[in-house]
Amino acid sequence: MAQHVAQPTATTPALPAKLPIGAIVPWAVFFGILMLVLLYFVGAEQGATSVVSGSDVHEWVHDARHLLGFPCH
Amino acid sequence: MNSATVRNLLVRGMLAGLAAGVLALAVAYLLGEPYVDKAIGFEEAHSHEHEMEVVSRGVQSTAGLATGVLIYGVAFGGIAALAFCFALGRVGRFSPRATALLLSGCALLAVYVVPFLKYPANPPAVGNADTIGKRTTLYFLMMVLSVLLAIAATILGKRLAPRLGNWYATVVAVAAFVLVIGLAYAFLPVVNEVPAHFPASVLWRFRLSALAIQVTLWTGFGLAFGELAERVLNPRPARAAAPSAVTAGGS
Repeated sequence: MAQHVAQPTATTPALPAKLPIGAIVPWAVFFGILMLVLLYFVGAEQGATSVVSGSDVHEWVHDARHLLGFPCH
Repeated sequence: MNSATVRNLLVRGMLAGLAAGVLALAVAYLLGEPYVDKAIGFEEAHSHEHEMEVVSRGVQSTAGLATGVLIYGVAFGGIAALAFCFALGRVGRFSPRATALLLSGCALLAVYVVPFLKYPANPPAVGNADTIGKRTTLYFLMMVLSVLLAIAATILGKRLAPRLGNWYATVVAVAAFVLVIGLAYAFLPVVNEVPAHFPASVLWRFRLSALAIQVTLWTGFGLAFGELAERVLNPRPARAAAPSAVTAGGS
């Protein structure tokens, strides 16, 4: 099971084996979107746009939003 | 096997992001929060309308801050792990650990520092509520633009490397990135909504601490994820054991 593992030595690291694009894309699409949704809720929900009504999300992450550099209000 | 490797790296990226998020949270709480409080003090002294408090300050500065920073860490950890899967073996002759740290450094620049230089973090009381839509759009636009240009510059560098050699190809790719980012800085609208008499030192310290949070997050992520990725990809007991730290002598 180690056919793709590079053979590094102490002085000259070998070029690490590439992971095939086809194996990455399904994970990248599904989890990429999931992660972006998480970032949206931390960074922008109930600021410029709102999916959930009210201001509870905005108020809860208020300090994080300021300190992480997102425009808050 | 390969799909399982991607999954393993993704899970470890999110865990490394969580761990880095904990470090960033400590920096945010210790360095950043005092200036959030000072800014809110300014806001209250200069505003006649009193907002109803939905979430108390005590909760916002602890549990609320932790929620936001940790989710941010996990989310960017996952995204960076996926980017690492693409980058490994494709950007150059770097070990998994070196690829992880290099990727984290580039992510810090592309995701945070480049947008920050145009649209820096603002404490409470800085920013007009009426322009939140415009400011949010501009900030995310700058972030997306910077990340896409960084990817484009990497591809450009790889294309030029056979002709120019690694050194000059890297110089040209970075110069192209700086040039296009410079044009974006020049043509995107300026946002300056700092109220008159807002203390400059509070603004400066707030922004420095915001930068410190990101440097902590991405450095911590790069080191932690690099270590975990190395173990996934080179599961060999033959790796040299790290010499134990010298702790002799008084402190």
